[in-house]
Amino acid sequence: MITTLFYILSAITLATAFLTIFSKNPIHSAIYLVLCFFSIAGHYLMFNAQFLAIVHIIVYSGAIMILMLFTIMLMNLNKEDEQHKSILTRIAATISFCLIAFVLLAAFIKAQPAIIEYRNSGEDYQSIEVLGQVLLNDYMVPFEFASVLLLVSMIGAVLLSKKEHIND
Amino acid sequence: MNEAIIIEKSVIIIAVFALTMLMAMYSTLAERKIAAWLQDRIGPNRAGKGGIFQPLADGLKLFAKEEFVPNTENKFLFFVGPAVSMSAALMTSAVIPWGDKLHLFGRDIILQATDIDVAILYVFGVLSVGVYGIMIGGWASNNKFSLMSAMRAASQMISYEVAMGLSIIALIMMTGTLSLREIAAGQEGMNWNVFYQPVGFLIFLVCSFAETNRTPFDLAECEAELIGGYHTEYSSMKMGFYLFAEYASMFISSTILAVLYFGAYNYPGMNWMEENVGVNIANVIGMLALFAKLCFFIFFYMWVRWTVPRFRYDQLMRLGWKVLIPLSIANIIITGVIILLTE
Repeated sequence: MITTLFYILSAITLATAFLTIFSKNPIHSAIYLVLCFFSIAGHYLMFNAQFLAIVHIIVYSGAIMILMLFTIMLMNLNKEDEQHKSILTRIAATISFCLIAFVLLAAFIKAQPAIIEYRNSGEDYQSIEVLGQVLLNDYMVPFEFASVLLLVSMIGAVLLSKKEHIND
Repeated sequence: MNEAIIIEKSVIIIAVFALTMLMAMYSTLAERKIAAWLQDRIGPNRAGKGGIFQPLADGLKLFAKEEFVPNTENKFLFFVGPAVSMSAALMTSAVIPWGDKLHLFGRDIILQATDIDVAILYVFGVLSVGVYGIMIGGWASNNKFSLMSAMRAASQMISYEVAMGLSIIALIMMTGTLSLREIAAGQEGMNWNVFYQPVGFLIFLVCSFAETNRTPFDLAECEAELIGGYHTEYSSMKMGFYLFAEYASMFISSTILAVLYFGAYNYPGMNWMEENVGVNIANVIGMLALFAKLCFFIFFYMWVRWTVPRFRYDQLMRLGWKVLIPLSIANIIITGVIILLTE
């Protein structure tokens, strides 16, 4: 039964991901992307990773995609407004995407899933208690670095929106 | 054994669903009655004794209205909008603990549809998804006023979600759990969280008003500026769904306020009752206690609606970002310091 569920979820994920790219209307693209995020959260739930699934919904569907929809609705993008990119840009974009996909694929194949180690130790590694301890004990430095990175980008965004004021 | 669990959970789910619908229905009547009372009028009193059948009459009227669909390219999204609003309003009730446990047919029945580890985060997840109903509906209406209103509603809900989340963090630090069941169980007797987290409670209360789009934060439906708000183009039961969703989410958010800060099903002397009178009676009284608390909060919502005038948009945003968020961060720091000192 789990396998069937997995195939259904995967089909939804892939279909909505493709529809996101192929829809002509930007709003429809955004809505398909939201559906895609939901089905990815479903995949997390199948791993019994409740925390990850819920946080994924809150952050991606609940915050990022709403802001994205917001921008699209306010700008009211049409087909006529679409900028025509030159062939060179398109080729460059395709090549860089393929390279990233290659690196990602290699990283995933080579990676040693930490989950096996936890499964052997018999700990309840899905609970938020264990997750919090691991994040703040073993991975303290990367965790803090990620927060600094977010802070820097936030300050950058504020600075960008303030730029007009400085020139006045 | 497995069948028993399925039956038990189904009964709880259906009961909670029915209760939510019933409360949402009668909240509409209560709202009109309380408005009438505050304005020295009589209020609806024609349908049944004291207007008791008024919600049924309203529902029948909405069903009988002509279904009008504006000339839009997105007919499908136009239908999806109210459906998303309604389902998001109903989904939250899945994690609420309505009581501790009942002892029936030789089994302990836990009075909660599902007890997940991350119940509070689940509530936030559903809340943040609820915005889509308004945004999609407002956009698919193909009407500038609807779109403006949907934008307002969405930006308001996103802004206040931040303060709401931060005010909850202080509570989580204190209780040390994300499960609503454990939070409820931790407030035994009169040991309610509101006495330990008064500032957090105030912030959460204000944010709940903004999240449910109620006055003084109902800018999305500001008639003077935006005709009818995001549901201007909606008619018949589709509009009924939007209105119903508002009342359902008001009921749920009152319940969450009662569970998080006002001791959930706990009342003074619950333990004594459990030992001397029996688990079942003690817990039925507990459920009634929770019901009384949430009814008070529903009344509070209406009381505020007919007392406080609507905010202006810039005032609303200033209150959210410049007052509530810094206040809740200060609350987190103070809570942390106190936890460190008392340990």
